[in-house]
Amino acid sequence: MPGRAPILYDSVKPIKGGGCLKRRSFLAGSLAAASACRSKPAPAAGYRFLTQAEVATLGAWVDTLIPPDEDPGARGAGVVRYIDLQLTRWFRRHQSSYREALARIDRWARSRAGRGFAELPPDTREELLSLMEQGEADRDHFPDGGKGAFELVLAHAMQGFYGNPRHGGNRGYASWKMIGVPPVPVRGREHYEAARTFPEKS
Amino acid sequence: MPLPKVDAVVIGAGAAGPIVAKELAFAGWRVVLLEKGRWHTSADCRKDDLRNQRNPTLGYPFGPEEEGNPRVFVDLNGRERIVKPSEPGYNNNAFCVGGGTLSYGAMAWRFHPNDFRMRSTYAAKVPRAFENSTLEDWPISYEDLEPFYEKAEWEIGVSGDLSGDPFKGPRRRALPMPPLPPTREHEILEKGARRLGLHPFSIPMLRNSVPYNGRPACMRCRWCVGFACEVDAKNGTQNTVIPAALATGNLELRTECSVREILLDEKGDAAGVAYFDREGRPWEQPARYVVVSCGAIESARLLLNSRSRLYPQGLGNRFDWVGRNLQGHTYTGANGLFEEIVYDDLGPGASIAICDFNHGNPGLAGGAMLANEFIRLPYQFVSGIRAPGVPRWGRAHKEFVRRAYRRIIPVLGPTQEIPVFDSRVTLDPRVRDRFGIPVARISGYRHPHSIEVSEYMAERAADWLRASGAVKVWLRRAGRGVSGGQHQAGTCRMGRDPKTSVVDPWCRVHDTANVYVVDASVHVTNGGFNPVLTIMAIAYRTGAHLARAGRRA
Repeated sequence: MPGRAPILYDSVKPIKGGGCLKRRSFLAGSLAAASACRSKPAPAAGYRFLTQAEVATLGAWVDTLIPPDEDPGARGAGVVRYIDLQLTRWFRRHQSSYREALARIDRWARSRAGRGFAELPPDTREELLSLMEQGEADRDHFPDGGKGAFELVLAHAMQGFYGNPRHGGNRGYASWKMIGVPPVPVRGREHYEAARTFPEKS
Repeated sequence: MPLPKVDAVVIGAGAAGPIVAKELAFAGWRVVLLEKGRWHTSADCRKDDLRNQRNPTLGYPFGPEEEGNPRVFVDLNGRERIVKPSEPGYNNNAFCVGGGTLSYGAMAWRFHPNDFRMRSTYAAKVPRAFENSTLEDWPISYEDLEPFYEKAEWEIGVSGDLSGDPFKGPRRRALPMPPLPPTREHEILEKGARRLGLHPFSIPMLRNSVPYNGRPACMRCRWCVGFACEVDAKNGTQNTVIPAALATGNLELRTECSVREILLDEKGDAAGVAYFDREGRPWEQPARYVVVSCGAIESARLLLNSRSRLYPQGLGNRFDWVGRNLQGHTYTGANGLFEEIVYDDLGPGASIAICDFNHGNPGLAGGAMLANEFIRLPYQFVSGIRAPGVPRWGRAHKEFVRRAYRRIIPVLGPTQEIPVFDSRVTLDPRVRDRFGIPVARISGYRHPHSIEVSEYMAERAADWLRASGAVKVWLRRAGRGVSGGQHQAGTCRMGRDPKTSVVDPWCRVHDTANVYVVDASVHVTNGGFNPVLTIMAIAYRTGAHLARAGRRA
């Protein structure tokens, strides 16, 4: 590819074949363009990115992936909070994917079952998510059949539920207690780290 | 801006560079060691299962930084994408003082004598391993490296017990430290191996089992591989040769320095290096010798970026061998589900191995050591281990994790890869890093025979688990994409013929009088073992050679 201008890391555009993530550009022009095309909705109280409605929809979504039983489910263990927090940190690049996916699944639920996703009974939610997993969601709502959104939320839900509590999920070490791994082990510095984990909110 | 000339500049403070630097500093050379990353202490080590050197879900703690260090990855279908360090395809190791040795699992294997003569061993017996491959003998033998393996074992510090391994190469001295007491997994697998007539033994580890070198023994926490050790019981270059070399007063370690290129004089020999410091200021460090120890991907990149009138295709690259033969290991094995609880929360987890299948497998070239795996932290378990038929989510998945987490033993092994000429590192023609330096572009595939051997190894792991009492066993297979990652090797092959290799048997770049590549780049093949002890042994050998044969001011 001789003759083409070199590109620096922070202004990279997708190259042939696509699949590369859009990089944030700090150029004034693109900032202006970006702010022109969206206005930010207000986050729910106690959250950084997700709106009230999104918190409800995402809570129902992750609770379908990791349902409560004798141990807490994903929502109870703070997975929504994990995702919300990371959407303002490491997962900033997924902000628009979440905004879109949560709106789409809700619209799809309404058109299919007459109620928002969060109001559906668990087995209907399971049914919808299974369709998405197979890429068979209604294409009017999910152009890719829902697979992309499903995989994104599944990965993040597992991280939030089974990962370290300091990132906002796994509240009270719920999953580590569940699998029988002592949350405050005898060895190591967890006695010190425990004081520094993400503050729990009731 | 030129600095005062030194005897040697070593680029990269990973497994190899600091050993060369230490050997030279002890011989009275004035040495500068340049490292792109930082010097982390154990206080930087947070026991975070979403952010460690093995799981970069939320980034790498020990480098490289997520922004400003891209690579380009080309997949099997020829699609290319720009990848950040935490993204698949980057093939990261670590960018920091100690490199991978700060946070590795620390298995301390010597390669098998036959690993150095793969052509001689298999050319007649397994011709298909030689089709479309660059499988070759090393120009040096196990015997050449033996004294330096021993030196690494004693200076860096290895624990273990190899008396039960009848397949090992000859050795003059036992390991300096006994193994850690066995885990429950170890005891279960030992019985199974004996039942099959195999030869299990305690894995050699660069980890203190007893106080050694002024540092304490392992406290057996569960955060080992991927983490820095908070009691400094894991032995890397950062807590052994680097402090020793600094104490001579002859070594200067400069961190957060990114080398742009090796500077050449009119004869084509190195005059020094040009680098950027953390503020992006350019410097020139003149030196009599330049030692490149950046890992197989970055060492190749640096040579390719060192272009001149004499070497327009990059230093050492007259015959287009720099960056070729990129290889790592093809990891396969099996998971075994047991009725009883097998997890005893004793780190590091990996404890028992067999070398029965490294060579002599019917119709196959090479093989792998098999061992039980390091402790699986919960998210790592969930993202990597699931019995067949268990859904990926929902009630049944949660029930599986709840019941199986403490009842599964994974056995894995690093299958020795058959090198492929077209698996390679080149320079991307367009993408640059934060300093404007062209980045590594990784492309290629695994040789079909690597896959074949790895499938055989997975079956052997499954046999072992069944014989050990697992009630359900399933295989872990490998993909066909190019390998590299933490075991990256092969890109600056060692050989006698400048037309088919990059460095000579002493790691000197053929074209030059004073440029050396010392890291896994020089590996002709990468053994069926974790490569770090071999990297260290080669570094000791080259360091001793340079200190003896080189000319200093």
